[in-house]
Amino acid sequence: MRLTTLAALGLAAAALGPAADPPSAAPAPHKRTEERLEVPPPPFTEGLFPCTTCHEGMPVNRTRRVLKDMHDDIVLKHDEEHRWCLDCHDATNRDRLHLASGAPVSFEESYLLCGQCHGEKLRDWRAGVHGRRTGSWNGPKRYLLCAHCHNPHQPRFRALAPKPAPLPPSRAAR
Amino acid sequence: MTTPEKPKVSRRLFAASGASAAAWVLTACGPRRLHEVPRDRLRVAIREMERKYSQQAGKEVKVSDAGALPGVEFAYALDISRCIGCRRCVYACVEENNQSRNPQLHWIKVLSMEKEKGVDFSHADPYYHPATVPEEGHFYVPVACQQCKNPPCTKVCPTGATWTEPDGIVVIDYDWCIGCRYCMAACPYGARHFNWAEPVLPADAVNTDTHYLGNRPRPKGVVEKCTFCIQRTRAGKYPACVDVCPAGARKFGNLLDKDSEIRYIIEHKRVLVLKEELNTVPRFFYFYAT
Repeated sequence: MRLTTLAALGLAAAALGPAADPPSAAPAPHKRTEERLEVPPPPFTEGLFPCTTCHEGMPVNRTRRVLKDMHDDIVLKHDEEHRWCLDCHDATNRDRLHLASGAPVSFEESYLLCGQCHGEKLRDWRAGVHGRRTGSWNGPKRYLLCAHCHNPHQPRFRALAPKPAPLPPSRAAR
Repeated sequence: MTTPEKPKVSRRLFAASGASAAAWVLTACGPRRLHEVPRDRLRVAIREMERKYSQQAGKEVKVSDAGALPGVEFAYALDISRCIGCRRCVYACVEENNQSRNPQLHWIKVLSMEKEKGVDFSHADPYYHPATVPEEGHFYVPVACQQCKNPPCTKVCPTGATWTEPDGIVVIDYDWCIGCRYCMAACPYGARHFNWAEPVLPADAVNTDTHYLGNRPRPKGVVEKCTFCIQRTRAGKYPACVDVCPAGARKFGNLLDKDSEIRYIIEHKRVLVLKEELNTVPRFFYFYAT
């Protein structure tokens, strides 16, 4: 058994060998965008996560309704005509989200969920063009998740108070 | 038969050679711009600066002499469709680059423009102060040094105190600047600023991480401007304004690296430069991500 695994590995290495040589003609475009991105932990509301602490064992009610007992502070302003909680949050595993296909997605990879509709934003974000990016221009970079800047329930970028205006030029006292 | 005459030194030749010898002596022995002096003499000058600034600030101030990285040409891109005009960049720049707090001196000017009029400097307002930004019907264009490839400012300097570094940063030698302000008149972006009075920089506000061509404390009577945070970017960091922008509208990178953000923007987005008709060829691009 082990021998066959080794042989398979050897074959794989042999197959990869020539491909690993850098082809001078056509380098792979935007290779680094395929890497798994380093992101800080998602911005959970204090004391709410993991969701299973409360939801474990609760019966699942899939009826669309206005929440009254809990989470009533959440106002959905994100295509609320067509969607509600369980379109993104998973009913079977409460600590996860799910894609339109039903495939589960962790909160750390929630950008995959957002990217289903906002594909061009996801593409720009991977390239480092959409969203804030800190760190080093020629080294490791730190990304933020969509949810760090956009509240997923009300994604419009929040208005900020501007810093003071510059002083107009003043004439020297005569 | 004529005897060949002994060649005589004409009066003109004598005067010309005398003048050139004097010029050589003056240029070889006189003071030099900091980027021209040998490395060991630069180190001595920088140690002297460190001692002086540390004494003034009451804490250890470091002055870097890091040179341009090979194969690097810096460029900047700013997303006009994302900037919300919050001026976080203006004040991050002031703190990072040791600008004078009194009189106030800002390297970045954020212009508020009306969406109906488009990018139009004659209707731009830098003094907007609503309770919250962005304002309805407005967009914002922050302007600082455009780090031109064809800079009008360096050409007019009578003392050669300002020049373009190999990585594309236009810098100023504050020891050679005589304060004539020709460069300010030449700059079409209003990006150069003059220290009309002795800059006031509280000791506790001094950023101790400095560069001799960048954010070291300046005296009265010299011109200063954005250097793409030369003390940070030559150490691999993003400029302070990129790091602080809450909207992620500011992008920075190496124009010669085909995988950089800046190249992605130039190749995929609608990009413009300010006052393109003046042929200044800025390395500062504005773009619309959407």
